[in-house]
Amino acid sequence: MPETEKDQQDTKNVGLFVTCLVDFFRPSIGWAAVKLLQDAGCTVDVPAAQTCCGQPAWNSGDRSAAQSLARKIIETFETYDYVVAPSGSCAATLKKDYPEMFADDADWSARAVALSTKTYELVSFLTDVLNVTRVKAEFPGDATYHDSCSGLRSLGIKDQPRQLLESVDGLRLLEMKDAEVCCGFGGTFCVKYSDISNVMVGNKSRNVETTHAPLLVAGDLGCLMNIKGKLAREGKNVEVRHVAEVLAGLTEAPGIGDQK
Amino acid sequence: MIQHPAAKNFPKNVDQALKNETLQGTLRQVSGGFVDSRATARANLPEFDSLRDAARYMKNHTLQHLDLYLEEFEQAAKNAGGHVHWAENAKDAQQIVLDICADTNAKIVSKGKSMVAEEIELNKALEENGYEVVETDLGEYIIQLRNETPSHIIAPAVHVNKKQIEQDFRIAHSHLDPDRSFVDSSSLVREARHVLREKYFLADVGITGANMLIAETGQSVIVTNEGNGDLTQSLARVHIVIASLEKVVPTLDDASTVLRLLARSATGQPITAYTTFSSGPRRASDPDGPEEYHVVLIDNGRSKMLGSDFQDVLRCIRCGACMNHCPVYQAVGGHAYGSVYPGPIGAVLTPALSGVEDNKHLPNASTFCGRCEAVCPMRIPLPKMMRHWREREFEQHLTPAAMRYGLRFWAFFAERPKLYHFCTRWANRVMHMSARGKGRFSYLPFASAWTRYRDMPAPEATTFQSQWAKNRK
Repeated sequence: MPETEKDQQDTKNVGLFVTCLVDFFRPSIGWAAVKLLQDAGCTVDVPAAQTCCGQPAWNSGDRSAAQSLARKIIETFETYDYVVAPSGSCAATLKKDYPEMFADDADWSARAVALSTKTYELVSFLTDVLNVTRVKAEFPGDATYHDSCSGLRSLGIKDQPRQLLESVDGLRLLEMKDAEVCCGFGGTFCVKYSDISNVMVGNKSRNVETTHAPLLVAGDLGCLMNIKGKLAREGKNVEVRHVAEVLAGLTEAPGIGDQK
Repeated sequence: MIQHPAAKNFPKNVDQALKNETLQGTLRQVSGGFVDSRATARANLPEFDSLRDAARYMKNHTLQHLDLYLEEFEQAAKNAGGHVHWAENAKDAQQIVLDICADTNAKIVSKGKSMVAEEIELNKALEENGYEVVETDLGEYIIQLRNETPSHIIAPAVHVNKKQIEQDFRIAHSHLDPDRSFVDSSSLVREARHVLREKYFLADVGITGANMLIAETGQSVIVTNEGNGDLTQSLARVHIVIASLEKVVPTLDDASTVLRLLARSATGQPITAYTTFSSGPRRASDPDGPEEYHVVLIDNGRSKMLGSDFQDVLRCIRCGACMNHCPVYQAVGGHAYGSVYPGPIGAVLTPALSGVEDNKHLPNASTFCGRCEAVCPMRIPLPKMMRHWREREFEQHLTPAAMRYGLRFWAFFAERPKLYHFCTRWANRVMHMSARGKGRFSYLPFASAWTRYRDMPAPEATTFQSQWAKNRK
C-alpha cells in the first residue's frame, strides 16, 4: 500500500550528526542511533559534508575557526526537519553555542538560531520529541549511568535515558555516587591538565566500581573513552558502552576499548 | 617568610597540592559536607530558585545604576554620621585606612573576615606601618598564625587539619599551660576565643568587610557564625568598613533576598548565627558602639568591568558555592590557584582584577562541567565568562603554541570534508591495525598526556562515514 499524504507529512526527516569521535572511534554508536531513529519512524540521512562541530576551537578561544566550522555545519544540516547527535556535548554546541557565536552577525544569526531550535541530543529527541517511552531491546544484568555534563546541565538530560534504560528487558539500573559529577574529560582539559583530570576520573572509576554493575553507560563518547581508559588501567573489568548501543540492542560488538 | 604560590605557576602548584597528603586528607573530608548541606537547604525552601531569579534581577538593575545607588548610599551613611571614602585602587584604599589609624593614634587593629582586605593586602600595609593586626575570625586567625593566605573565601583555613591547628596554638599561645590537652575541636575554639577576647578590648580600630551595603539606609551588613564581627566593630573606638563597589543593594528588602540565598548556598544554613547591620557611629542614646564609623568604597578594577563581557560576575555575593562544587577545586584546594579568589569565581574575577597574562591558567583549568553555574545563587554564567577569557588569551597569543597550531591544523582538515574523510579513513585504519585486536593502547606517543594515566580505546575498523557510504551503494 502506498504511503498516504499524512504519513509522508508525519515522517520526520532527520539529519544525523554523527560527531567526529563516533565517526572515528566507534561507528557502532552511529548505527545504533540510525536504528533507534528509524524504529521511531524517522527517515535518517547522514550528510557526507559533516566533520566536526567546532567545539574544541570554541572552547579554546579560537572564535574564527569555530565560526568557520559552524557555518559548514549549518549549511550542511539546515535543510533537515531535525538534527540529531548521539552526544549531549556536541548537540549543546549546535543548540547553545552557535546562536552565541553569531550573535553579532545578522545573516548567520538567524540561520544559527533556526538550526538551534531543531537540534537535539539523541535520547532526549526520542523521548521529548517522538514521545518514545520504551524500547525493544534486551540486556541481562545490572548497569550504571554516568550523567555527562553538557547533556545534563546544558540540555536537561537526566530522566530520559534512565526511563528508556529501565524499559530494556533484563536490565537493572544501579545509581552510582556522584553520577552528576564530571569525569574529568573536558575535551582538551584531559591533556592540558592531565594530573587534575586523573584525580577526577579516578573518583569516577571508584564510584563505578562501588556499584558492582558490570556495565557503565553514558551519552557521550569522550567521557566513555576517558572512564573506560581509567577502569582498564586500574584492572577493573567493567564493560563500557554508549547508551544508544544498549537501547538499540546492538551489543554484539565488544565494549569500548575491549578485545574481540 | 613563606612564599605564597602564584597563579602563573598553576601547573607547579597543582603538582605540589596533589602530592601533599595532609592537604588531600582535608580536601576529602570537606568536599562532601558543603555540597550535601546546600542541597538539603535548597530542597527545604521551595522558592529557592525563584529567589535566585529575583536576586539576579535585582543585582542586574543595581549594576545598571551603580553610580546612583552608590551616591544614595554615601548620602545616607553621611546622614547617619558616618564618613565615606572612595578608593580607586588598592594603594588608595590602604592609604585611607592608614590615615584613619594614624588619626586615631591606634596601636592595635582588630579585623573581621574580609576578602577585599586580602585583595588590597591590607594586613601587610598595616604591619609595615607598625600596627598590630589581630584577625578575629577563627579561620583567619589560624592562617594568620601560619602566615598563609585563605584557601577558601568563606572557610579560609579549610586546608588545615586539627592536629596542625593544635601545633600552631601551642607555639603561638606559649603563655598557656604547655601540658593542656585538646580533646576536640571545641577546645581549640575555646582557647582561640579566650585569647582573642582580650584583644577586642585593646583594639583601637576595628575593620570589617561588608556582605552588603544598603543604599536606602546607609547601613553595612555582615554575616558571621562566630559573632566576632560584632565585637570587632562595637568594641573598638573606630569602625572601618571596607567594601568593593558592587556590594551595594538598593533596599533593606533586597538585602533580605540576598540573605536568604547567601547562607543556604554557602554552608547550607538557613541563616548564619549572626547578621549584623551597622548604621553609623554610636548615638547619644546608644549603650555602646564606635565613636567613628568609616566606609571605604573600593573600585580596584570593578568599574572597568561594567559594560564588559564580565559585568555579570559583579553579581557575586561570595558564598563560595562555586568552589564547593568544583571538581577541580576539590582536587587541588584553593592555594594552587595562586589568586586571592580561588575556584570558578576566581578564574573569572582574578584576570579582570590583575590581568589575564599572569592568570592565564585560571580560566583554562576547567572542564566546563557547569556545576558552578548550576549552583550559583546569583546565576552567574561562570563557564561562559571563562570562555571569554580563553578567547582573549587566544587573541593575545597567550594560548600555548602547540594548542594554537593544533587547533588550526585540525580546523584546516575539518573545513574540507573530502580531505578530512580521506585522512580519517587512513588514520583509523593505521590505529585500528596497530592495536592488533587488543582493543586499547597502554601507550601512544602522540597522546602521552592521556596514556600516562589511562588506556586509550582503539577505534573500531573503518569510520562510520565510510561504512555509511558503502552501505548506501
